[in-house]
Amino acid sequence: MAATETDITIEDVNNEETRSSFIEEYVPIAKDGLWNNNAVFAQMLGLCPLLAVSNTVINALGLGIATMMVLIISNMSVSLIRNIVRPEIRLPVFVVIIASAVTAIELVIHAWFHELYLVLGIFIPLIVTNCAIIARAEAFASKNTLGKSFFDGFMMGLGFTLVLVALGSLREIIGMGTLFSNAHIMFGDGMQWLTIEVFPGYDGFLLAILPPGAFIGLAFLLAARNYINKKQENKKREQKPQDLNLEASAV
Amino acid sequence: MFLAQSSPFLKPGLSVSKMMMVVTLLMIPGIVTSIIVFGYGVLVNIILAIIFALAFEAIILYLRKRPVAVYLKDNSALLTAVIIGVALPPLAPWWLTFVGLFFAIVVAKQLYGGLGYNTFNPAMVAYAILLVSFPAEMTTYWQTPATLDGQSLSLLETLNFQLFGQLPAGMTIDALTSATPLDIVRTSVINGSATIDEIHAEGQAFGQFGGIGTEWVNLAFLAGGLFIMRKGLISWHIPISLLATLGFLSLLFGSFELDSNPSPLFHFFSGATMLGAFFIATDPVTASTTPIGRIIYGAGIGALIYIIRTWGGYPDAIAFAVLLMNMCAPLLDYYTQPRVYGHKVDERDNEESS
Repeated sequence: MAATETDITIEDVNNEETRSSFIEEYVPIAKDGLWNNNAVFAQMLGLCPLLAVSNTVINALGLGIATMMVLIISNMSVSLIRNIVRPEIRLPVFVVIIASAVTAIELVIHAWFHELYLVLGIFIPLIVTNCAIIARAEAFASKNTLGKSFFDGFMMGLGFTLVLVALGSLREIIGMGTLFSNAHIMFGDGMQWLTIEVFPGYDGFLLAILPPGAFIGLAFLLAARNYINKKQENKKREQKPQDLNLEASAV
Repeated sequence: MFLAQSSPFLKPGLSVSKMMMVVTLLMIPGIVTSIIVFGYGVLVNIILAIIFALAFEAIILYLRKRPVAVYLKDNSALLTAVIIGVALPPLAPWWLTFVGLFFAIVVAKQLYGGLGYNTFNPAMVAYAILLVSFPAEMTTYWQTPATLDGQSLSLLETLNFQLFGQLPAGMTIDALTSATPLDIVRTSVINGSATIDEIHAEGQAFGQFGGIGTEWVNLAFLAGGLFIMRKGLISWHIPISLLATLGFLSLLFGSFELDSNPSPLFHFFSGATMLGAFFIATDPVTASTTPIGRIIYGAGIGALIYIIRTWGGYPDAIAFAVLLMNMCAPLLDYYTQPRVYGHKVDERDNEESS
């Protein structure tokens, strides 16, 4: 035993420490973005594009990825300049950065995904007004390092995209009985096989595709999230007394 | 000379369960007339609706861990089901009723907290959702009224069509159904293809005094409605202000443009006016509760019915009008609270001055 302990060099210990601190620092960011502090579920931000564009999975995925890109770019830029910009003028600077990122992304979509650009329309430039982006710039990126800000932007964007896709698939299945319809406008003509007819011969339930369907669908998703959170809390509460007992017996 | 009366002199009001039952029973004249005019489809709709309503109510009460039997006995689901059954097109397929009752009982009523907590009238939520989602089924499956010479179906044939979508050989759905009077008037006025006089002459829309066929149904609902008003189960404020506003508006606009505006009588006795005025708008949970509030509430529904019927996108408007005014009911209640006996006219002013 003693021999193995001495075998561990100082370098190894250092690595171990940085690795554990790496996990400690980055895992909460991922958890925050995907669940605990999810842009839609917890902060209720960015609802306008969420409700307007989530009528099919492909639209939802397109807007979700575009938003994620903007979040990553704006988070990284804000993090880079966080020590240069004076606090009095930080908000205009953030807005300029976000607007430039959105313009760049819009041009990219216009150039390479023209059909998607036509479908999403006004909602691509409207990413500028998505409060989730400026909220992350202000609350996270302006206080954290480049790496962390990148990771936060990625995870927040992923969380937003996942909710969009969940709502989009819910509405598309109920509303039209299909999944991934119009897959070619995002993945090219070779990917049309992706379109799945969930219920063949289904006439469609118009309400799910119309705007009220977005509100009702989001309400059901939020209810499901609250239900899961409540269950977890109850579990924790049940486990705690047991843990205390164990500790007591150990002492 | 005097009748000897013993205490108690103040009789307790009817329980919720009994009140709902009496209101449901007083819909029977209207229902029977509906069956005579529109065929057995109405009966099938109502029975299906009641089965679905009680099933949904029982399931959701069980999930919410409430006593199932106690709440089922309050008959509110029954009344909702009967209203939906009458309001749906007579030849509606069974799944239309199923989806409607799901939204009425599960979403509009129980998810909001059950009877007494729902902001919106459950039956009208269901109707609006169906009308928006399935416009074809909701507007074309109206069987030709018996007063016009059309083909009709026996009870078994109706059941076969509504449950399995099969018509007897040689019959088509187009031959069985026709546009409702409100629909005919609306489309010809909007297209400018015919004046009211010309529609009269064609004899497809106007009956003795109201819409063809629907006039008798409305008359029967009016009779039932007057009876529940007499019994004191609903106050006069909502139905009277609703009908007065509808009549006033149709008279006002009718006197300017006779060619494109049907008479107040046509508005009263076509579509679901009487059903709406006496049985739907008076729902004690979702309507306004103060006297002045009720008058404004009823007048609002009447005005909206006229506006949507005349300039809106749908032939009839009871559901949308009621839902829109449901939203205003809490505000109306807040601003029209009657002065409590013993309090000064404006308590707030006095408090500020002192």
